[in-house]
Amino acid sequence: MNYNILIQLRQELALTVLIFLLLFIKLGKDRSNESILNFVNAALLVNLVAGFCCQETGALFNGMFNTNTLIVFEKGLLNLAALIISMQSYAWLKHNKNVIEFYLLTLTSLLGMFFMISSGNLLMFYLGLEMSTIPLAAAANFDLTKRKSSEAAMKLILSSAFSSAILLLGISFLYGTTGTLTFSILTAHINGNPLQLFAFILLIAGFAFKISAAPFHLWTADVYEGSPVAVTSFLSVISKAAVLFTLVNILYKVFTPIANTWYWVLIVLAAATILIGNLFAIRQDNFKRFLAFSSIAQVGFILIGISGSSQAGTASLIYFVLIYIFSNLAAFGVVSVVSALTGKENISDFKGFYKTNPMLSWVLTIALFSLAGVPPTAGFFGKLFLMLAGAAKGNYGIIIFAALNMVISFYYYLRVVKAIFMDEHATPIEKIAVPAVSKLAMYICVLGVILTGLASVVYDYIQSISFGL
Amino acid sequence: MNLTLLILIPLLTAVLILLAKGLQQIRVIGLAGAVAQLGLAGWLLKSFLAARGAGNNATYLFESNQIWFKALNINYHIGIDGIALAMILLTSVIVVAGILVSWSMEKLSKEYFFLLVLLSMGAYGFFISLDLFTLFFFLEVAVIPKFLLIGIWGSGDKTKSAMKLALMLMAGSALVMVGLFGVYYNTHTFDIVQITQQGIPAGVQKFFFPFAFLGFGVFAALFPFHTWVPDGHASAPTAASMFLAGISMKLGGYGCLRIAALMPDAAHTYSWIIILLATIAIIYGAFATMMQTDLKYINAYSSISHCGFVILGIGMLNKTSMNGAVIQMVSHGLMTALFFAAIGMIYSRTHTRMVAQLGGLLKAMPFISTVFVIAGLCSLGLPGFSGFVAEMTVFMGSWQNPDGAYRLATILSGASIVVTAVYILRATGRAIMGPISAEYALLSDATWNEKLAAILLIAGILVIGLAPFLINHLIMPSTDAIILQMGKVNILK
Repeated sequence: MNYNILIQLRQELALTVLIFLLLFIKLGKDRSNESILNFVNAALLVNLVAGFCCQETGALFNGMFNTNTLIVFEKGLLNLAALIISMQSYAWLKHNKNVIEFYLLTLTSLLGMFFMISSGNLLMFYLGLEMSTIPLAAAANFDLTKRKSSEAAMKLILSSAFSSAILLLGISFLYGTTGTLTFSILTAHINGNPLQLFAFILLIAGFAFKISAAPFHLWTADVYEGSPVAVTSFLSVISKAAVLFTLVNILYKVFTPIANTWYWVLIVLAAATILIGNLFAIRQDNFKRFLAFSSIAQVGFILIGISGSSQAGTASLIYFVLIYIFSNLAAFGVVSVVSALTGKENISDFKGFYKTNPMLSWVLTIALFSLAGVPPTAGFFGKLFLMLAGAAKGNYGIIIFAALNMVISFYYYLRVVKAIFMDEHATPIEKIAVPAVSKLAMYICVLGVILTGLASVVYDYIQSISFGL
Repeated sequence: MNLTLLILIPLLTAVLILLAKGLQQIRVIGLAGAVAQLGLAGWLLKSFLAARGAGNNATYLFESNQIWFKALNINYHIGIDGIALAMILLTSVIVVAGILVSWSMEKLSKEYFFLLVLLSMGAYGFFISLDLFTLFFFLEVAVIPKFLLIGIWGSGDKTKSAMKLALMLMAGSALVMVGLFGVYYNTHTFDIVQITQQGIPAGVQKFFFPFAFLGFGVFAALFPFHTWVPDGHASAPTAASMFLAGISMKLGGYGCLRIAALMPDAAHTYSWIIILLATIAIIYGAFATMMQTDLKYINAYSSISHCGFVILGIGMLNKTSMNGAVIQMVSHGLMTALFFAAIGMIYSRTHTRMVAQLGGLLKAMPFISTVFVIAGLCSLGLPGFSGFVAEMTVFMGSWQNPDGAYRLATILSGASIVVTAVYILRATGRAIMGPISAEYALLSDATWNEKLAAILLIAGILVIGLAPFLINHLIMPSTDAIILQMGKVNILK
């Protein structure tokens, strides 16, 4: 028997097994939420570690499914993020009756993303994308008692369906002009004729929807605000990262012949995304909306890095995503704990937070500084390397633009820091008892935020497994 | 001699502060760290001079170059020349003084001392960097502590000032970043030594020099980017004001100097703009100071004027003026730190900084008043103090420039000293001399820690003022080398 297929699909198989295990647990006798959560966290940890063993490069199902060191690493990143989110949601899930369903939905979505990242064919890509989106829409509706939550789910599913339709239209045009859906064959047939360019624009628009690049970002803030924090962090970190990984794969490997065209598309998207994300983030008071717009701006920076279309471009993207996982999840972690135990989600509620919760304040502050790109946090290195990759083509205009926008973004991150440390509040959020697991997750994030940047081995490793145009 | 120690000692101090319990432990650790650093800086000076004495004429001594991000050709390259060493000495003196004057800081003392030490670490790292990436890294490391120090422990409209300062400095570093990227993409390295050797194409220099220079100019309070200075300094707690004016603004001056040395063609081309802005800063700063009624604002605005001399010295692009710029950096650092320390001491007793409300302090607190007078006299450039040496050198250097407009700039800047004398003497007369009001008569004089801090800073001022050849001996070979290098590139083109 050929074990190759087991090894190449090990990350997907592990998730599938876990999903089925959870199903059986659900069908079996009642267990306490604590034991389920502990089991899932342990399983996710095993899943994360096991993913990295026995490296294997290869393709399955006639090139539908590819795997190599880079893809394994990317999936590892997503596994890591899933683990951290799960640990941080402990306080929220502990008293939730439907804890298993939450994991069923999110893990299925994760599985879909794995197939999407590995895809070597547009059909496979589309399958993975849909598989990852639909469970998330259900998960967004997880706060069954809140109207905002179901509104968020509705918005997510409608906008996703819309973007999927656009994507499909693009795929069909592409199929019509080239006669194939396989990445490796497609490249040879791409010659930049008008219908292909139209198909490309539709595809990019679909992608832009998923990564919430402006002007396709309008769903983001509402969905992030309405969904439970765990789902919001899942959406903003994992789902975005997976689509970005796929985007860079498709741009660099399929649309190679029209690289000059998509370069300018990316630059325009990046500039608009950064600016709009920043301008809207300034006025937000709800923490989740705030992080939504800040994450939109971050995506703009990522697009600049991708536009460099070099090995450094891919490397800086993956490196930044890793840093973004740590910093964004650290921020979401604090918001998640605070929101689960007090129900407060506004920045103005965080006034005087430092007096009562110094530890959480520092975690949040370090995370925000990393998002702002201030050294010595890793965000500084991440953003700088993205821009270094983007400037490689000699387009200094976008670098100047991005640099100025970093100052704007600095303003709204500092606004939160100001609220935490400097503002007074008559009734600040009381001292919060953070569950040990969540605390551990926060420490991991903070450690990651500090070490990923300073320790250059991380970047060197990512660069060594990356690919360029 | 491992220069990394200069970063490791503050780092260790910061970690120990986090682990310490109680105010006593925290401040003792902070002081011990600062004194150790001062000792290290002194030892560094000794070995530097010994190496120079032994005939080691390399531009940078104690160099060490380690790969950091291999793929991007970013290295942790450190080394010092005389200018950097002078800055390190200045920093270490001010840090000790700053920690001493914060001795009785009780509000969130752990965080306070931690941030002070972190700020100093950024400055040390900045001065030893020979790689533009590392340099930029440390430049930004020093920004956040300033924001928090002012915003949490400040006075007055502190959050607004903190925000303004942080945003302006961030904008400055964003400009610097663009400039550095431009250099990187045309030389494929961030290494200062390598870039100096291979030179940067003239067109690239002309495009990116303004970004980098103005970016550092924001830190050095160059007109019209000086607006963060008055609010930031006035709102900051005493030690933070000392660090801001004494160390942080020097990061800008030092950066400007390095950028001018890296891009000599552009520096020559834009020299008239630099001089114009510097002259405006000097005169505008001096006149704006005249209108101030708050002691901290007086010192903050006069800092704008004094830092203008640094930029003026750099912009004149000759040996003497460059020397003057460096001496002015050191001198202004010490003097302004002393001034802020004195103001802080006065404020902590009288609870006002308004000149009009003070008076006759000499009778109640002779030591503090003397310190205040010394700082003032140094500021107005009385011979015997460092201010005279520094400004005199800058003027001598800039007068060497025969061009009429440059001469005019020199004369105008020189005339600003008269204005300085007006505001210094007026403030001193009002606050220190005259009859003392009853409520101030019983106030106590300086405590031991305040005395120690003041004496340390005054010693520095006097050493430069009375024996200027010492600092000249240290920095002259380095400024000579810079000017020589700049000239070489110019001839080649």
